[in-house]
Amino acid sequence: MSEDTRFGLDKKVRLLGPLPLDSGGELAPVDLAYETYGDLNADASNAVLICHALTMDQYVASKHPLTGKGGWWTDMVGPGKPVDTNRHFVICANVIGSCMGSSGPATINPATEKPWGMDFPVLTIADMVRAQALLLDHLGIERLHAVIGGSMGGMQAINWTTLYPDRVKSAVIVASAARHSAQNIAFHEVGRQAIMADPRWRGGSYYADDDPPSSGLAVARMAAHITYLSEAGLTEKFGRRLQDRDSKTFGFDADFQVESYLRHQGISFVDRFDANSYLYITRAMDYFDLAEAHGGTLANAFKGSKTRFCLISFDTDWLYPTSESRTIVHALNAAGAAASFVELSSAFGHDSFLLANPEMNRIVDGFLKAGESL
Amino acid sequence: MNKLRPDLQIIADNVRPNARVLDIGCGDGALMAALRDQKQVDARGLEIDPTNVASAVSKGLSVVQGDADTDLSAYPDVSFDYAILSQTLQTTHRPDQIVDELLRIGKQAFVSFPNFAHWRVRMSLLIGGRMPVTRLLPQTWYDTPNIHHVTIDDFRALVRDGELKQEGQWFLSGDKQTGRGLANLLAEHAVFLLRR
Repeated sequence: MSEDTRFGLDKKVRLLGPLPLDSGGELAPVDLAYETYGDLNADASNAVLICHALTMDQYVASKHPLTGKGGWWTDMVGPGKPVDTNRHFVICANVIGSCMGSSGPATINPATEKPWGMDFPVLTIADMVRAQALLLDHLGIERLHAVIGGSMGGMQAINWTTLYPDRVKSAVIVASAARHSAQNIAFHEVGRQAIMADPRWRGGSYYADDDPPSSGLAVARMAAHITYLSEAGLTEKFGRRLQDRDSKTFGFDADFQVESYLRHQGISFVDRFDANSYLYITRAMDYFDLAEAHGGTLANAFKGSKTRFCLISFDTDWLYPTSESRTIVHALNAAGAAASFVELSSAFGHDSFLLANPEMNRIVDGFLKAGESL
Repeated sequence: MNKLRPDLQIIADNVRPNARVLDIGCGDGALMAALRDQKQVDARGLEIDPTNVASAVSKGLSVVQGDADTDLSAYPDVSFDYAILSQTLQTTHRPDQIVDELLRIGKQAFVSFPNFAHWRVRMSLLIGGRMPVTRLLPQTWYDTPNIHHVTIDDFRALVRDGELKQEGQWFLSGDKQTGRGLANLLAEHAVFLLRR
């Protein structure tokens, strides 16, 4: 299998599509950048799809080409990890709309031979999932052993189970929700307005002179980053401590460590992310409401589902709080689906799902192994 | 195979093979695992303690973290053959409503509980004048999760007043089954099988 050129790191494929979109249009061709780890077994039954969050990418367990940092979920994915690359064939694809090689606003519109910019169609989470299904067709995988994701990745994972119930044996949904709340939408709107208020945004047509709205994107990232952390976590990490100084400057420099940290988060983000992609992906998340597509009743989405579900939330996550996971669990119970759910304790807010957490690993490991004997 | 707690063993022995079971307060899933492995039961669990849930899920069981007082309403009517509530009734806010819920969700319900009228409990209160601390009721009055102490005769009255059918009853003294005679005095523990 290892000689198969479809498999391996830093892969890219152009699929003809067309991919029908929820907005009514379609996308063709569809570029997908992805990575695979491990070997696909003979009956293609060991495939695990990892779905990434808003600003993540396909580099789940390998070095990021722009930042040089290791994969974003190496505590969960790798040899001997719960998603065990010795045992599983792992796929992670950059979502469409993003900027790490899959079709998005920064890629070339074949009709104009220029970057799409804001002419790129507005996407939904379901569109991202349908694009991943095209990729699985290309890779020769009919049915996933598991689909796994945190945050926006969890939205994709759960949408997988309703769009392609026969293609998903097990689903792991971490720190996620079945819809975006008013508060979620509100924070995203702050980020989008920050980008669009940057004079260099210019209606999204900033690619030609390579002068992107970095200030706006950095502010968007700073605001979003606060929502990924907990108050207790921020207090523990920074408190009211001053940054490299003994007293307040009575000015507007980054006096506090927390200011300096946020500025750094904003500045380093713009080196690896496209502002228009940020607009498109946050929009897709805001449009997400799984119940809406099923007559307003979430349980209807899971009627007759044969998929096994495992949901995990974190007690300090106020972005997608436990109540959101519990709503999904109640719907799964109402539908009679096989569901597991646990709220774990962690000091680190929403970001907890990305950090080492032995209890999370124990749960996911046991859940996946149990699925292998079915 | 680890030995089951005696009340759980009674329940395990009396569940039909291939049944659908909801175990409320399932702990680390010991009963569910036994039912799955020995009787091919499709078992689901509800458990309040996250560490217990994690242990159960890591055994491959479908267990959700939740509270019997608030999370049973999500389960549809008659969605299980059995609803099981073992050593949890006395910790719920409204045991009568919980029993109603069990028999709404399950065709039948197993309920097990420690008997607060056991002679040792009675002696503790009568002679010692203190709230009893016994093997099955090991906590002191201020830190016990048991907020509705119940006796076998109390439970029988609940069954009678609710016009429920009682389809099985088992009594335990120590780890051994004991007879029905004077159960309210001699049994430390009771297991009932109910139907509406």
